[in-house]
Amino acid sequence: MDTRQFIQRDETCWEIKATGRMRVPAVIYADAQLLEAMDRKVYEQLANVATLPGIVDAAYAMPDAHWGYGFPIGGVAAFDPDQGGVVSAGGVGFDISCGVRTLQTGLTMDQLQTHKQALADALYRTVPAGVGSRGRIHLNHDSMHGMLTGGAQWALEQGFGEEQDLERIEERGCMAGAEARYVSPKARERQKDEMGTLGSGNHYLEVQRVAKIFDHEVAKVFGLRVDDVVISIHCGSRGLGHQIGSEFLTDMAMAAAKYQISLPDRELACAPLNSPLGKQYLGAMRAAINCALANRQIITHLTRQAAETVFPGIHLGLLYDVSHNTCKVEQHMIDGQKKSLYVHRKGATRAFGPGHPDLPEQFSETGQPVLIGGSMGTSSYVLCGTKDGEQRSFSSACHGAGRAMSRSQATKRWQGRTLVDELAARGIIIRSPSMRGVAEEAPLAYKDVSVVVDVADRAGLARKVAKLEPVICIKG
Amino acid sequence: MNSQPLLPRWEHFEHEADIGIRGIAPTLEQAFEQAAIAMTAAVTNLDLVSPSKVISISCEASDNDMLLASWINELVYEMSTQGVLFNRFEVIIDEDTLSAIAYGEAVDPQKHQPAVEIKGATLTELRVYQQADGTWVAQCVVDV
Repeated sequence: MDTRQFIQRDETCWEIKATGRMRVPAVIYADAQLLEAMDRKVYEQLANVATLPGIVDAAYAMPDAHWGYGFPIGGVAAFDPDQGGVVSAGGVGFDISCGVRTLQTGLTMDQLQTHKQALADALYRTVPAGVGSRGRIHLNHDSMHGMLTGGAQWALEQGFGEEQDLERIEERGCMAGAEARYVSPKARERQKDEMGTLGSGNHYLEVQRVAKIFDHEVAKVFGLRVDDVVISIHCGSRGLGHQIGSEFLTDMAMAAAKYQISLPDRELACAPLNSPLGKQYLGAMRAAINCALANRQIITHLTRQAAETVFPGIHLGLLYDVSHNTCKVEQHMIDGQKKSLYVHRKGATRAFGPGHPDLPEQFSETGQPVLIGGSMGTSSYVLCGTKDGEQRSFSSACHGAGRAMSRSQATKRWQGRTLVDELAARGIIIRSPSMRGVAEEAPLAYKDVSVVVDVADRAGLARKVAKLEPVICIKG
Repeated sequence: MNSQPLLPRWEHFEHEADIGIRGIAPTLEQAFEQAAIAMTAAVTNLDLVSPSKVISISCEASDNDMLLASWINELVYEMSTQGVLFNRFEVIIDEDTLSAIAYGEAVDPQKHQPAVEIKGATLTELRVYQQADGTWVAQCVVDV
């Protein structure tokens, strides 16, 4: 994009002035290079979001923003129900509550080195990954209801995990306000055999090495040291979330006229927060958040089982679990007044700063861990929330690298088998049921996550704590 | 000087994160069939799928655009719950109602090497229209 279209507030903050039907300005956090490389669609979509009823402060885009559905991916927008605010299915996305969870292993690289292959095999055997894979759990009507309303807490009651896991999960593992009755029979049908599965595309389970510490004090609180081994899980609400997203996207698109919302783009499909459709979506979307939290909890349990077979007696504790496709009610200061707002984060990670009341005690001084996944074969990062983030982006940061090229371009350029061999030569083990899937997820098909994270740090959205490098990657 | 009659065909179009599917054909129904083939081609090599299993599908919507989104979403649902990949379709559209038969087989990860799971049809680039030469185009971006 041409940077001259923006008012540059500072090195990493670019404003689109509120003109025409925009109710508030739009703001992109990026450096000049990232902004120049960013898709023109981000500008259009963010300006469109700024026209929606009840939006407050500004429509924000994170440094990894790219072309999404109505909302840009990497978009953050908050709506006030008292000002006719809306909820948008496209502003949450299809993979509701997709997110990242990181586990500490207590192992160092030296201890892992000779067991790498064995651990890769055990994880690949134990955690179902890829298209058409099924979990070992079959949900009936009652257990489905329990899962939809209980999230990771339900999973724990079923024997998946440990009590202390819960405090390291946003919402303590259970999203309040979930209403299972608004989850359609089709959404349930899609999920009944998919609990504890990774899915495909950019979802993965990765064993990682802590490669670098940027903030030693915070890293100490997070329990991270150079050469420690951690395991990160990136996945979401599976078929259930996808079905809810698809159904409400079309329902909202059809209902916009009824609610007298004039949409600049049909994809911005939304409904007033106080409308029946808005409330139904919120109830179903929160149930899908619980599904994602339960799913990551079950995968954690499977990961622990797999690790136990290679390292008897090992204990995997949670660092944290974050979701990056959500709409949540949060308290934020607007013009000196505390307001209850519905904050949409589509491909953006919540990043509560030090002292935030929702954080567990251990993180009250550091801010929450912000887990940023890279692409296969590239680095991931752990950041921490900042005080400044509250003012700058409703306490939100980036969520990943974002694609640099389409899937078809990637398959033309790379072959899955060759990539697996190249990564193996660099000491990275890839296990995947699909070599074409590996090619589509080639490391260079994504933007450089390090640049995105650097900008998030410089912009004050979150602060860098540690860099993680992949050792084993289980791809869906 | 008659040009060749257009054969139904499909193609993918670029989207930064996901995949655009497009069917182009002499009739509306064939354009819908081709769009569905384009979706399967996003998952696997079409030649690897044998049309041994048959599933009936029907859906309705108030206009052709939303009918395409419904059609794709119904297929995604069947693919997900039945664990199948489809490579041949017979579509009949009667005003706002679509009824179809889809042919395919159960997913075999070894054989099909499925690259992605389709999450659903988006409204991005969702368009069904007739071109000046009378041919129909049916397209949208699917989230993967």
